[in-house]
Amino acid sequence: MRLFGKYLLILFKSQMQYRTSFWLLSFGQFFIPFSVFAGLYFMFERFGQIRGWDFYEVALVFSVIHMAFALSECFARGFDMFSSLVINGEFDRLLVRPRNTVLQVLGSKFEFTRIGRLLQSVLVLAWAVSQIHMDWTFAKIVTLILMIMSGVFIFTGIFILMATMCFWTIQGLEISSIFTDGGREMAQYPLNIYQKWVTRFFTYVIPFGCVNYLPLMYILDRTEGSPVLYMLSPLAGCVFIIPCLLLWRFGVRHYRSTGS
Amino acid sequence: MITVSGISKSFKVAKRTSGVRSAVKALFRREYTEVEALNDISFSIAPGEIVGYIGPNGAGKSTTIKVMSGILVPDQGTCSIMGYTPWLDRVAYVKNIGVVFGQRSQLWWDVPVIDSFELLRDIYDVPEEEYRSNLKLLTETLDLEDIIRTPVRQLSLGQRMRCEIAASLLHSPSILFLDEPTIGLDAVSKIAVRKFITRINKEKGVTVILTTHDMNDIEALAHRILLIGKGKLLFDGNLNTLRDQYVEDSAASIPTIEEIIVRMYKEYQIT
Repeated sequence: MRLFGKYLLILFKSQMQYRTSFWLLSFGQFFIPFSVFAGLYFMFERFGQIRGWDFYEVALVFSVIHMAFALSECFARGFDMFSSLVINGEFDRLLVRPRNTVLQVLGSKFEFTRIGRLLQSVLVLAWAVSQIHMDWTFAKIVTLILMIMSGVFIFTGIFILMATMCFWTIQGLEISSIFTDGGREMAQYPLNIYQKWVTRFFTYVIPFGCVNYLPLMYILDRTEGSPVLYMLSPLAGCVFIIPCLLLWRFGVRHYRSTGS
Repeated sequence: MITVSGISKSFKVAKRTSGVRSAVKALFRREYTEVEALNDISFSIAPGEIVGYIGPNGAGKSTTIKVMSGILVPDQGTCSIMGYTPWLDRVAYVKNIGVVFGQRSQLWWDVPVIDSFELLRDIYDVPEEEYRSNLKLLTETLDLEDIIRTPVRQLSLGQRMRCEIAASLLHSPSILFLDEPTIGLDAVSKIAVRKFITRINKEKGVTVILTTHDMNDIEALAHRILLIGKGKLLFDGNLNTLRDQYVEDSAASIPTIEEIIVRMYKEYQIT
């Protein structure tokens, strides 16, 4: 963990060498989700509600998902950009260092410009929280934090999964966007507005439902039965990363025996 | 110290043909050919040796280095280095080796060299005292004092290579793998690098295995050479024996080492 901090520091120093580009990119990252959010706003302006969810409730989900996405793009960028590591042979270098590969790949790249996106979602979150009329208990705050954490784990898991594919294909696969960008776009709304199969896919296969729909029910006091399960559902999202890591290990073994 | 026996490794390489039509066809079905990169390679190296590993391009030099440094798992054969099998005990093993890939940097491009060194210290978990004394020795002998606070991207190739070599020795490894350490360097830097390699070998007893195409490197450094061609080990021995062997039949003039190597390549038909 300490080493992770060191990696973070050295890459932050590198980033600061290019200050103008940093500011411009961060600025861009602030406005990309901003325009999506504006779209959301105008839609609700026109229709009022979607399936019983009002604007601020959806804004809450939106900000949680975007925050999770920004954080994982910042810290797990190494996996997102993993194909370049394989193509230029940098991965060989990681293998001759006495550390585990996951840590080293994470440490190979950070995308600090995602601070823009993060800032934007923090603002939306603050706005949504201030407008939703209900009592914030300690448990609810914990649940909210768990939601964000769980989102980070899921996005990172998808990045790892797609990076693992590079061991076979070398080239990065745009297919990952289906699950990361696509997942983000889907999951910024409460999942029950979609068709049944979509909801199921994003609950049981890629557990975005554990990040937004289920805990949201708890936060908004709409649960039936025991609230504990709803509250802890984000933890199930975190579990998603385990099979991803196992597959990664399998991929590394494959790489080392084929050298491709 | 290093025992390699019967290492073989083959790669599946996709057949490439020219033309758009076959490229499109290759999208759906590819034909592969097996290329034997290494074929039954065996040798052993004693502690403190400097071994030059030579052969034409594509002979399998880098593959051997990759196997010995734990990056690749061979199809067959065993390899024991300091009691470890490189590809099985990767993390424990690589603490004891330093690797320089001449064509690739291990330094962080945008920050001063010293920052890279400090990060490497943390990656290898080098005790502070050991790090200090190593750094001092390395900056003195490689003449890094003036460049250590410069960002890597502003260094010349020669300066960078000196830093690369220093970077791979910060954790005091007992074996150093150098994959083309003098590629693209000017005469001054080449000689500096060579001198340094000799010195750490003498003073610290580091075992050095280097691959190169520059025969002067071999002449200046290696007492022993391994010649590999088409995946097979063709010659293993002393440079002088080799020279004697070829000097006899060319009485007219004493051939340079370069000429000897060309003749060897021809004799073994590996060019």
